[in-house]
Amino acid sequence: MSTRTFGARIERNVDPKLLRGEGVFVDDIPLPQALHAAFLRSSHARARISRIDVAAARRHPGVVEIYTCDDIGALDVEMPLLIPHPCMTNPQTQRPLARGDVYYVGQTIAMVVAVDRYTAEDAAALIEIDYEPLPVELDLAQALRDGAPLVHANVPNNLAAHFVQTSGTPDEAFAAAEHVTAITVQVDRSTAAPMECRAVAARFDAISGELTVWDGTQAPISVRGGLASVFELDEDKVRVIAPDVGGGFGQKVLLFYPDELLVPMAAMQLGRPVKYIEDRRENFIGSSQERTQIHRIELAALKTGEVIGLRDVFLHDTGAFIPYGIAVAQVASTSIAGPYRIPNIFVEFKAVYTPTVQVTPYRGCGRPQACFAIERAMDQLADELGLDRFEIRRRNLISESQFPYEREGLLFADGLKVTLDSGQYLKALGMAATELGAADFAALQAKALSEGRYIGLGLACYVEGTGLGPYEGGHVKIHPITGKVYVNTGLSTQGQGHDTVFAQIVADQLGVSPSDVIVVEGDTKAFDWGVATFASRAAVVSGNAIHKTAITVRNKVLQAAANMLDVDIADIELRDSAAWVKGSNRFVPLAAIATASNPLRYAFNKAAQAATQFAPASKHDGPPLAEGEAPGLEATDYYSPSMSTWAYGVHAAIVEVDPGLCTVKIRKYVCIHDCGNMINPMIVEGQVMGGIAQGIGGALYEHLDYQADGNLANASLADFLVPYATEIPDVSILHLETPSPLNPLGVKGVGEAGCIAVGAVIASGVEDALRPLGAAKFRQLPLSPSMIASALEQAGH
Amino acid sequence: MTRKMRPAIADRSDDETVEVALTVNGESVSRRVSVRMLLSDFLRHELGLTGTHVGCEHGVCGCCTVLIDGKPGRSCLTLAVQANGYAIRTIESVASADGTLHPVQQAFKECHGLQCGYCTPGMVMNIVGRFEESQPLDLSDDGIRDLLSGNLCRCTGYLNIIAAVRRAAELMGRN
Repeated sequence: MSTRTFGARIERNVDPKLLRGEGVFVDDIPLPQALHAAFLRSSHARARISRIDVAAARRHPGVVEIYTCDDIGALDVEMPLLIPHPCMTNPQTQRPLARGDVYYVGQTIAMVVAVDRYTAEDAAALIEIDYEPLPVELDLAQALRDGAPLVHANVPNNLAAHFVQTSGTPDEAFAAAEHVTAITVQVDRSTAAPMECRAVAARFDAISGELTVWDGTQAPISVRGGLASVFELDEDKVRVIAPDVGGGFGQKVLLFYPDELLVPMAAMQLGRPVKYIEDRRENFIGSSQERTQIHRIELAALKTGEVIGLRDVFLHDTGAFIPYGIAVAQVASTSIAGPYRIPNIFVEFKAVYTPTVQVTPYRGCGRPQACFAIERAMDQLADELGLDRFEIRRRNLISESQFPYEREGLLFADGLKVTLDSGQYLKALGMAATELGAADFAALQAKALSEGRYIGLGLACYVEGTGLGPYEGGHVKIHPITGKVYVNTGLSTQGQGHDTVFAQIVADQLGVSPSDVIVVEGDTKAFDWGVATFASRAAVVSGNAIHKTAITVRNKVLQAAANMLDVDIADIELRDSAAWVKGSNRFVPLAAIATASNPLRYAFNKAAQAATQFAPASKHDGPPLAEGEAPGLEATDYYSPSMSTWAYGVHAAIVEVDPGLCTVKIRKYVCIHDCGNMINPMIVEGQVMGGIAQGIGGALYEHLDYQADGNLANASLADFLVPYATEIPDVSILHLETPSPLNPLGVKGVGEAGCIAVGAVIASGVEDALRPLGAAKFRQLPLSPSMIASALEQAGH
Repeated sequence: MTRKMRPAIADRSDDETVEVALTVNGESVSRRVSVRMLLSDFLRHELGLTGTHVGCEHGVCGCCTVLIDGKPGRSCLTLAVQANGYAIRTIESVASADGTLHPVQQAFKECHGLQCGYCTPGMVMNIVGRFEESQPLDLSDDGIRDLLSGNLCRCTGYLNIIAAVRRAAELMGRN
């Protein structure tokens, strides 16, 4: 066997292409004669449309077609509810183009197709719309009151869903409590802001009847299925390709955004390729958002600090529609007890419609909010009981001997009971304390204070249920000429390095270099069974599917090589792209084995000529291909997880607050992280660090500023403050590797991990820093300079 | 489905056009384009140099950074006609003709300084531009952060990009 590549820091296969500017994103695909789409979007949060006049727009030179809801035939319906749940009341989804009413600023009303985007936008501005504005209510608590303006007339009190989950006997726990801590926390609206906005291009070939759609989506196979069904085409005639995609973070997995249906429709109707490239403003007012939740959390504790019960009642803002069901709120409610034993839990949420962009999962998916609630409550409990913040956590963390740790009664997003599979929580907490220098912090803080500087220690733990099913597949094939290995799976990638980590998994089985493994995904013509890239599931679900498949191919290679070299299978080892007789210099290249495994009579290349020097790859009588035998070295297999794998971590930081400027500077940041066995630690760290940076954005800067009338006041990257390098401190990331017992590779997901705990850490640190000034508590994110100013003002500064 | 008649389709807008002549990656090019065409669209869609990416079209994210007469500039805030007579360099010109990566590109690869790769061309052009200036580089933590402060990245959290700048300086003997 070659050196094991699983676990190695291997540079990415995809990088040279991306670095040379040879990546192919949707808008990079040359489509001769392509037409360009632009949308007219609602300028009101809630209004009735009394008139749409497209006449002037239609006359505009260069305009090809204009579509309103009256022009899109069978597409003029509400789009699918992706994940139904009985706790929803009359769930509402959006129409591709508004009919009669608009429900948020940015909702699509008309689509213009023109010779170029400039012209299409000009024409969209020429469409005349008469709106009758309706009253709106954006405050969640107010929106639930009787008489509040309704987003949807047929949904009373704007109550989209109401759900209660209970684990153990929370009432008894609260009755037995020696101390109860209760706080209210809030996280505000944010957005993924991937660097590439969404994009769709479509071409219909009237000769073959094939519709090809390039979609910067995280879910090409699902989009393909949906398009085939909407347009009543054979699935075989619809090809969806997610080429290089410039970040996703959950935002690119909604089915459907209006453009994903309307662009293919226009391409079919007009007989020309049509392209829609979302601009940044549209990404802010049209593509999914997340985060707003208000939690009232109570902890029932003993005097020792042991938490015996938790009650959390929260409001969840779902925006104007609920296409993804209750996923975000459900994940939040099942993550609420974090890594703590807390045996008795009552968690209730109300999902509320507001006339804003719809809410669907954004990296973290409810976990940052749940983490903020429980961790801020743990800090408060520690304060009230006079305990150190590390100590209170130490007394409540699940210990190693307690896994698997079940939360009876709490159903996770996969519909299964929350079961934390493995971990070393206490060890992680200890590592965080050591790496941060927690033991010396009090002295450091006192010294800083004597110099008039305010530093604080922040701390938070998190868990993340990852690797959701139902399944993914893998296809592995050794190319007969080159000996290179081709791997397919049903996912798409937005920068996570699938092409390299999946290559590492296969390389170990087949004895090839990861650079000789070519991973092709994101194309329904390459592999069309599967789900999508979301929920930190690629490594767990596709990774294990590919692993299983690679073992099957390995066994085929071993058998064929043993036949060709006329030795026992046990005497064969695979390395350096060849099968070797152990302890000898006899070998047969993989390419030759692949060639010989195909009973074709032509020898038109070197591999084929090489193959003829050996005994046949298959020992059997009768026809060249034995009954039940397949040509080549190839296999397909699937992996379906029994339940989610739970990753976790501990973050800690030292922050400095300038009470004059009300700014926060992160002086030190430590992340202890465990996602089971790491396939490529370099890529894991990249994922974690990217998440931390996004978390810092969410903790301090990124806030979608909806006005009371429902207009988004900061729909640009100039006003919605994504951190630059200047805002991101050095971070120390340390790993633990507790294998998951649930899958052959022992891996857990990592995609979302980094962002979850950051807000809680920063608030914890800022609060600690300003304690000497008597400042109030910090229980809202993002934690803005004005919140600090107001806390200091209230404290009389 | 019965086949429908092919619709009559407009083939041009009524935009005023203008002849622009400039140097792109060392080659002289001239095209007649709309007076309002952005330089980013000109490079990407007129010349097919799609390595220059567009992330915001309001000059904040830096994805579209190219070198304009050697200086990093936003091609999304520059009209093609404004580039008339200038020398533009894009990401496509950075690696050698045989594909060998430039030290800045090599450093990004070694340091895992990219994930989705969308911001990467703008990052690389900005860094290459700054490295080509004659004044000394400030390779302190703050200095590198300042150098990168015009480019957003949503994937990496920047630390590996900072490491890549340092590594590139090492590879180019600039440290």
